[in-house]
Amino acid sequence: MKFGSMMRTGLVAAGLLAGAAGSAFAQGAPIKVGILHSLSGTMAISETTLKDVMLMLIEEQNKKGGVLGRKLEAVVVDPASNWPLFAEKARELLQKDKVAAVFGCWTSVSRKSVLPVFEELNGILFYPVQYEGEESSRNVFYTGAAPNQQAIPAVDYLMANEKVQRWVLAGTDYVYPRTTNKILEAYLKLKGVKQEDILINYTPFGHSDWQSIVADIKKFGSAGKKTAVVSTINGDANVPFYKELGNQGIKAKDIPVVAFSVGEEELAGIDTKPLIGHLAAWNYFQSVKNPTNEAFIKTWQTFTKNPKRVTNDPMEAHVIGFNMWIEAVKKAGTTDPDAVIDAMIGIAVPNLTGGLSAMMPNHHITKPVLIGEIQGNGQFDVVSSTALVLGDEWSDYLPDSKDLISDWRKPMSCGNFNVVTGKCGGKGK
Amino acid sequence: MLFLRPLARLLPALASMLASGLIAVSAFAADLPALVGALTTGSFGDRETAIGALAASGEQRAAPILEALAAGQLYVRKSDNLVLIGKTDGNQLALTEAISGKTAGSGSEAELDRVRVNNRLRGVIEAAVGSLTLMSPDARVRRGAAEALFKRRDASSLAALDLALAAEKDPRIKRSMSEARAASVLASDAPPAQKLEAVALVRERADRDSLGILQATASSATDPEVKAAAAAGANAVRQTLAAWEAAQNVWYGISLGSVLLLAAIGLAITFGTMGVINMAHGEMVMLGAYTTFVVQEVIRTSAPHLFDASLLIALPLAFVVAGGIGILIERGIIRFLYGRPLDTLLATWGLSLVLQQAVRSIFGSSNREVGAPSWMSGAFQVGQINVTYGRLWIVIFSLLVFVALIALLRKTPLGLYMRAVTQNRPMASAMGIRTPRVDALTFGLGSGIAGLAGVALSQIDNVSPNLGQGYIIDSFMVVVFGGVGNLFGTLIGALTLGVVNKFLEPYAGAVLGKILVLVFIILFIQRRPRGLFALKGRSVE
Repeated sequence: MKFGSMMRTGLVAAGLLAGAAGSAFAQGAPIKVGILHSLSGTMAISETTLKDVMLMLIEEQNKKGGVLGRKLEAVVVDPASNWPLFAEKARELLQKDKVAAVFGCWTSVSRKSVLPVFEELNGILFYPVQYEGEESSRNVFYTGAAPNQQAIPAVDYLMANEKVQRWVLAGTDYVYPRTTNKILEAYLKLKGVKQEDILINYTPFGHSDWQSIVADIKKFGSAGKKTAVVSTINGDANVPFYKELGNQGIKAKDIPVVAFSVGEEELAGIDTKPLIGHLAAWNYFQSVKNPTNEAFIKTWQTFTKNPKRVTNDPMEAHVIGFNMWIEAVKKAGTTDPDAVIDAMIGIAVPNLTGGLSAMMPNHHITKPVLIGEIQGNGQFDVVSSTALVLGDEWSDYLPDSKDLISDWRKPMSCGNFNVVTGKCGGKGK
Repeated sequence: MLFLRPLARLLPALASMLASGLIAVSAFAADLPALVGALTTGSFGDRETAIGALAASGEQRAAPILEALAAGQLYVRKSDNLVLIGKTDGNQLALTEAISGKTAGSGSEAELDRVRVNNRLRGVIEAAVGSLTLMSPDARVRRGAAEALFKRRDASSLAALDLALAAEKDPRIKRSMSEARAASVLASDAPPAQKLEAVALVRERADRDSLGILQATASSATDPEVKAAAAAGANAVRQTLAAWEAAQNVWYGISLGSVLLLAAIGLAITFGTMGVINMAHGEMVMLGAYTTFVVQEVIRTSAPHLFDASLLIALPLAFVVAGGIGILIERGIIRFLYGRPLDTLLATWGLSLVLQQAVRSIFGSSNREVGAPSWMSGAFQVGQINVTYGRLWIVIFSLLVFVALIALLRKTPLGLYMRAVTQNRPMASAMGIRTPRVDALTFGLGSGIAGLAGVALSQIDNVSPNLGQGYIIDSFMVVVFGGVGNLFGTLIGALTLGVVNKFLEPYAGAVLGKILVLVFIILFIQRRPRGLFALKGRSVE
């Protein structure tokens, strides 16, 4: 019955298009797109939004007629903030649903968990969140920022514009902050900052009592040198952290805090008046004024039926990733993973900050780095922006990775090519 | 004509300035509109110069314009390039002309371009406004100006400070101003003798800011005598501060302890006296926090003037909501599982997930904003300890809840029944107490108190579906440590863990600190399996 109706549809479509010089695939079965974001558990707070934005992008693309003449169909699964479940769900998407590409993951540990699955089954994953680098896989496209697209420019900004000489590197205790802080520490020392002017502090996930740590920061900041806090504090712990900063009267002009995990979504739960002037570094802010972004915000707010719904950086990463994938599928003329992976490199699509982002041979993209200051209305004012920066997967500031590069073009096709030994396969993954 | 206009406006300002012998020469060099115009264009660097020029102009309007700029309230109207000050008034902005100070109706953000500032400019503006308002008739403004200049320590504010000092009558403000002057002297290239005097003055202040100044002087001074004096001063200040730091840790510990107490005290009832391992206890706290959110939303939309009372209104409601759901849980699930701790644990664990997801479906997964009423915002200083009103009220509130609960258990018939049932169920039943009803009420009471905790915690933590999860482990820790079934044990346990945690944190870091506390409790339980205050008597068996 189902087969029969499909045949009929196929015949009708073929009949209709027989005269037209069109694609042979016209009106075939829909192309499935997997969405692998937690809709329950601790990460639901951040990831649910990304699921929504993907549904919106797919709906918009279908309004334009889909791709290759076929409609797109979203397959949404819920890995429930459970890292092993991510791998199971990824396998389910690739094997059972036979999706053409997967958009998903937020935390690094969830990405590490699905990585072997994608490599084994030759799938395509688009990863939209800023991460610690030190990885390059043929099957993953990293549309979020690498440390050189977020952390390093932020530190440069503070050094140049606020003359910061003392640094507190505060983070949640897991792989992203630890690696980022390692890179930053190496970078700061390279810039002549002494060990005694760097304070590194880690806190557990969901830390809620910040009194003594904020007091510590205050103490560290009273050494007569301009001090700044570089925060890789994750998710939920940020709200009590910022509340405590406000409570203890730490103003941005005394000790500015620059954060890499705080965006418009996270600020939605706090009164930002005491936080005016604290900074965040991203590749996108909702407040960026240009027609593409304004149109995007409008579509998003209409789609979610909420005129106050905010947009953020990982959403933009998904927009870029999705549009790149559409272009690559068009270029390859098929959704076959090998063909699409090869077609992806070199594709450039407009980003939401008014420029073009391109996919490079290391599976990272070029984006501008924006530094924004928190405003009283929960938005950011951009105070500095760079030209396009290419994500550097292997940090130049870590001894283990400074000689490595990644190039997925043939004939090299290597994720960790050691330029000193001239061999593929150095340290790391 | 060109300078008559600003001159007329300048007269009041000039009068005071002439009296003190300062004539702002540059006021005649450029007129106000040009100065203000320069604020709104060019790079941040250009605007920094413009701020300096405006401040030096001595214009009376300079201070309000600069203050508006720092607060992000300075706008340029797109249609006619007029510079306006806009204050939020509902959805609109109430506008005044920046240069004349005349009201200019209202407008929306869309018609206006906000003049952007960054941290650096805010600092420059604060110092500029500081110099401009040193002569203000309002004593509070003068004091604030002096404090701002102290922190800024810029040699260029010396002249203004000298003038203000000469005119100042209030001894306390005079003191602030001379401290600000000393800080500025240390930043200038004054002779060593003056600097030594300044070092002494800054040293007497003995707070974090003065330590910063002394350390900076100790490392940058060229004169060896000044350098030595500053280093000695910094050491002395550091010693004073170390004592305060210990006191501060105790306060932070008490504050953390009070939060633990609030979260654990409901559990002390349900787990401690009833023996029910309730993994959904944290979710009762979360429900209390969401009740607060709903109350505030209703107040915001229908009766904004009641906002300061929102928490007081939320308290009974949170108690009823969480308590009611607690009774439902007891009647619907837990009463079938008495005596089967493992089943209870699993059932309530599942229930906690159900409640979390239910809240997530209703309110969405993102954090909800719960505002602080004015009487809970802000902070005050006790010596060098910074006490925030929010934390102070939570400490007081947790003690009140504790006292009320003790009174309920000791002085009311319900309390008598509860104690009777938990101590000897068959006997209580034989005496005519309806034990199932008492069970339901006891569980409801424990849950209701968790709801109260939620109201307080909404002030310091995220109001998100995960709120409760963060407290469940800590709550069990406190109850087990304090002694199961003993409320005083819970009080002492919570405060001890709070203080120990806060003393460990600076040395061991937050992660290791938590681990150490956990190890300590495990070892302690090994020695005294029944906690700090073990219950004695038949009920224990």
